[in-house]
Amino acid sequence: MSDSAEKRTSLYDEHVKLGAKIIPFGGWLMPVQYSSIREEHQAVRTAVGVFDISHMGELVASGPGAEEWLDTMLTNNVGKLEVGAGQYTFLLNDEAGIIDDLILYRIEDEKFLLVVNASRIEEDFAWLRAHLSGSTTPATIENQSERYAGLAVQGPKVGELFQALFGSEKEMPARNQIASFDLEGTKLLVARTGYTGEDGIEVFFAAGDARRVWTEILGKGQSLGIRPCGLGARDTLRLEMCYPLNGSDLSPAHNPLEAGLGFFVDLTKPNFTGREKLLREKEEGLSRRLVAFKMKGKSPPPRPHYRVFRGGHEAGELTSGTLSPSLNYGVGMAYLTTPVPKPGEEIEIEIRGQKFPAMIEKKPLYKKS
Amino acid sequence: MNVPEDLLYTESHEWVRRDGDTIRVGITDHAQAELTDVVYVELPKAGASYEAGGAIAVVESVKAASDIYAPVKGTVMEANSALESNPALINSDPYGEGWIFLLKMDDPAGLSGLKNAAAYKTAIG
Repeated sequence: MSDSAEKRTSLYDEHVKLGAKIIPFGGWLMPVQYSSIREEHQAVRTAVGVFDISHMGELVASGPGAEEWLDTMLTNNVGKLEVGAGQYTFLLNDEAGIIDDLILYRIEDEKFLLVVNASRIEEDFAWLRAHLSGSTTPATIENQSERYAGLAVQGPKVGELFQALFGSEKEMPARNQIASFDLEGTKLLVARTGYTGEDGIEVFFAAGDARRVWTEILGKGQSLGIRPCGLGARDTLRLEMCYPLNGSDLSPAHNPLEAGLGFFVDLTKPNFTGREKLLREKEEGLSRRLVAFKMKGKSPPPRPHYRVFRGGHEAGELTSGTLSPSLNYGVGMAYLTTPVPKPGEEIEIEIRGQKFPAMIEKKPLYKKS
Repeated sequence: MNVPEDLLYTESHEWVRRDGDTIRVGITDHAQAELTDVVYVELPKAGASYEAGGAIAVVESVKAASDIYAPVKGTVMEANSALESNPALINSDPYGEGWIFLLKMDDPAGLSGLKNAAAYKTAIG
């Protein structure tokens, strides 16, 4: 793939200046690491790290009919969202396959922000627009992804950094809440969300302000031990928490129930895309489930697509796998045919033709001590 | 990047130190910097034979698994078992304690296809 095929975020030059290793991801050229995945991972677990998430998409739905309409397009209950609140939710196709997982924020009474995965921006937008066109619903959907840049600031010292940035009298929004803040004249939307298992915020702002906000955060975070962090650490951090990665653990071939994410699907809603199929699946019983496991003893790190065996029979394949920097052993997730083994039960992972023992674990794999 | 003058190098970033008809092989400073954080090394077994260019070992970082290739045809004399408990030696001392295996060459003439330090430096820019 040539460089010209992939997009660059407003911070691309900053990443290069910091010596980041750049890889293509979801149609973007993104930093995978600056110095070391392990060090960046530990910075987030023990201090604070900042990630460029400008590649993620921002769709905006507005109008008096927006709430009702989004409620038919997404799995979670939009009616439960008050102004300033966010919820994790799914966009499903008619067969309940996952088009995308996203966070929906109600930023005004009749205005919603959808923060979606980088590789799914066009598809989500086309799907939503197609379902809106021709209907009489008083709502609009816009793709504002180009206008926004975003940063995730994650780690136990995020509260201190927040006050260093915005003033000691200011408080972070509550968990899953979003609010506007002013950073020396720059308007930021700050959400208390993240993808690492640590306390943290995700901030969204005009793309033209990206360098200023990035520099300000790194500068104010210096005394707290802040590190710029790449996609490598983002992946190990989220996998320790068993947060799914779209394109790996989630895809149109999977539904949220088999991914173990039924909590974000409100089947009591009268109508949403994919509901019929999910109800049928639930009645007939799921054919597979996404489970978490850890390697027992010494083994190469487990990786996506390695095959899983149970009692000598093939039972599925890994969708995620890595060496956990926090736990120092191999961990992963795999869809296994039902009935799925319980935590503590043994499975085997095939790595380069050899089978290694692993054990089913409860999610999350990493628990804060 | 450290590229010692007295070694030979492959296109695939292995270094080779010759001692008679035996060679000691590891990965270069450039390669370890690209991989970073080596967390696992799959070593070849003593006595196993490989063709030139055959996949002989695997070096894994947090992010990816990378094959290591036999620079010439030969038989493995010994693998560096210290890497089993401390794979990060490849990062900390790539040309020393981070060596990966000793290979007895079938024909030392095979070394003529390798790069010297100057050519390797050019290749990695």
